[in-house]
Amino acid sequence: MSEEDTAADTPTAADSGFGAEALRVEGISKRFGPVTALRDINLHVRAGEVLGLLGDNGAGKSTLIKIITGFHRPDSGRILIDGQETALRSVAHARSLGIDTVYQDLALVDELPVYLNFFLNKELTLGPFLRHGEMKRRASAALDEVGINIPSVGAEVRALSGGQRQAIAVARAVNTAAKVLLLDEPLAAMGAREGGQILRLIDRLRERGDLAIILIAHNYSQVMDVCDRVNLLQHGEITFDRPSAETSVAELLELVHAEYRTA
Amino acid sequence: MAQETPQLVRGDEQRGSRTSVSRGLGSALLRRRELSIVLVTIAAAVYFSAGSYGSSFDTTNNYHIIMQYFAPWAIIAAGESMLLICGEIDLSAGFTYAFIPFVLTSFYNQGLDVPLSLVLAILVAMGIGLVNGLIRTVFNLSSFITTLGMGFFLEGMTYIQSGAEPQNPPITGGLADVLGGWRWSELVWALAIIVIMQIALSYTKYGVYAQAAGGNPLSAAESGIKVNVVKVSSFVLTSLFAGLIGIIDQVRVGSFDPTSGGSQMMFMAVASAVIGGTALLGGSGTVIGAMFGALLLAIIQNGFTLSGVNAYAFDVVIGVAVVAAMLLNVYISYLRRKYLR
Repeated sequence: MSEEDTAADTPTAADSGFGAEALRVEGISKRFGPVTALRDINLHVRAGEVLGLLGDNGAGKSTLIKIITGFHRPDSGRILIDGQETALRSVAHARSLGIDTVYQDLALVDELPVYLNFFLNKELTLGPFLRHGEMKRRASAALDEVGINIPSVGAEVRALSGGQRQAIAVARAVNTAAKVLLLDEPLAAMGAREGGQILRLIDRLRERGDLAIILIAHNYSQVMDVCDRVNLLQHGEITFDRPSAETSVAELLELVHAEYRTA
Repeated sequence: MAQETPQLVRGDEQRGSRTSVSRGLGSALLRRRELSIVLVTIAAAVYFSAGSYGSSFDTTNNYHIIMQYFAPWAIIAAGESMLLICGEIDLSAGFTYAFIPFVLTSFYNQGLDVPLSLVLAILVAMGIGLVNGLIRTVFNLSSFITTLGMGFFLEGMTYIQSGAEPQNPPITGGLADVLGGWRWSELVWALAIIVIMQIALSYTKYGVYAQAAGGNPLSAAESGIKVNVVKVSSFVLTSLFAGLIGIIDQVRVGSFDPTSGGSQMMFMAVASAVIGGTALLGGSGTVIGAMFGALLLAIIQNGFTLSGVNAYAFDVVIGVAVVAAMLLNVYISYLRRKYLR
């Protein structure tokens, strides 16, 4: 497999048309005791580009996410944000630099209305008092902008569907981070229709042109629909990096099946 | 899917014209849980004032008696409802109520003047809440166990401090008037604390964080909210309120009584909060609701006394009311999920 083009940083034709490089990961390795979780990872994503990061359980996806979001420090290698080499000190530090993640649990509070979730821990205040009206207006505008259809920003999140909840979490991250957005399995545990809504949301975010998106997923066909480029992570290495137009679900499945056969 | 029932959508006033009155009331009841308890409270007041003893119910003196039940329950319930919203509970509040007056007298008996003794006693009350909160959060011990232990500890300390004898409050003059001496001062304290805490809940970050801490602690922490700080603050507030009303209530009576308060006081406060619509598992509730819960219990207590109903029957009614309120809460939550989307 390693004879597949592993050179993640080789520009390809499909890279043109995207904006500046928002994030580049070079030669990242990470060990946990005797276990090598990641080996010489090279990855990049440009503004306006959606990168699909595929990989089986245990391939190292979550370790890689946690390094990009500042949760883990890599043993070696470097991370460049907007071309600047940066040592990410913490999740908060990464977030302040514009890297945010929407995790599977979404970090929403069911009991609070949509707009308070949208501004959770970033509430707008006048003196000690919350500016409910202003937060409602801004949350409503931000959700409209990404085309999220919810009944009212005053509705409790509890009352919303899985797709709407996901959309709120995405919109919240976009609203505050807005440089590199990692979506961790946004389509897991979601029906076809709701999954479709999320894919359309990702499409609209791509059209803004200023946001680089890394989509972590299992479902290859959905990923092929929405991603500009696909990376395959196997046993801690990126073994495949190609524009989705130049590959197919069949090819990806074949690569993964080959892994099983040799295992 | 979102537009199927727009007329029931929260805060969707523009479509109100399409809503029939009964439907509007129904959805208002779903949206504002405490509205149902307000209606029940009004019904209870109407019932007792229409009864054969109604002439003795509708007197200023009787309102004053109702206030004597209402004020301590409501004030402690203001703290308990914040704790319940955070997903915690303070079983020691009634013992703090009994203990703090004797802390005041012990400072006073050591030669300190009344204002300083009062301030120190209040600080001790807040310290009790701080210890409750820290044991809860630092050692991750459930608040049920933590505050149960604190309750027994304080009960014993109260008897040790007092020698199991009532004592005369050392507070006199204008300060005594403010702290329970004036006929209605307890009511003013209760309403002031309720209003302040409801504003804190609805209009400050503390309120949002308390709801987040109780509703989904993990999400709250992921968002960077200091969940433990919010919880400890709520423990401190509850103990502060319990200690303060312990002094005020017993200055009004004219005697610091080591047998006052206790678990009965705490249960009434928690019952007030629960009847007022606060979820025991955290995340939602209101202080205003707790106030109406306390008012309802006070009116029933008083009404039963006037109508000569056996005092034991009161406990039966409270028992039924608490369970019924919880069932109603669960049912309303179900209806909300079904219709308010």
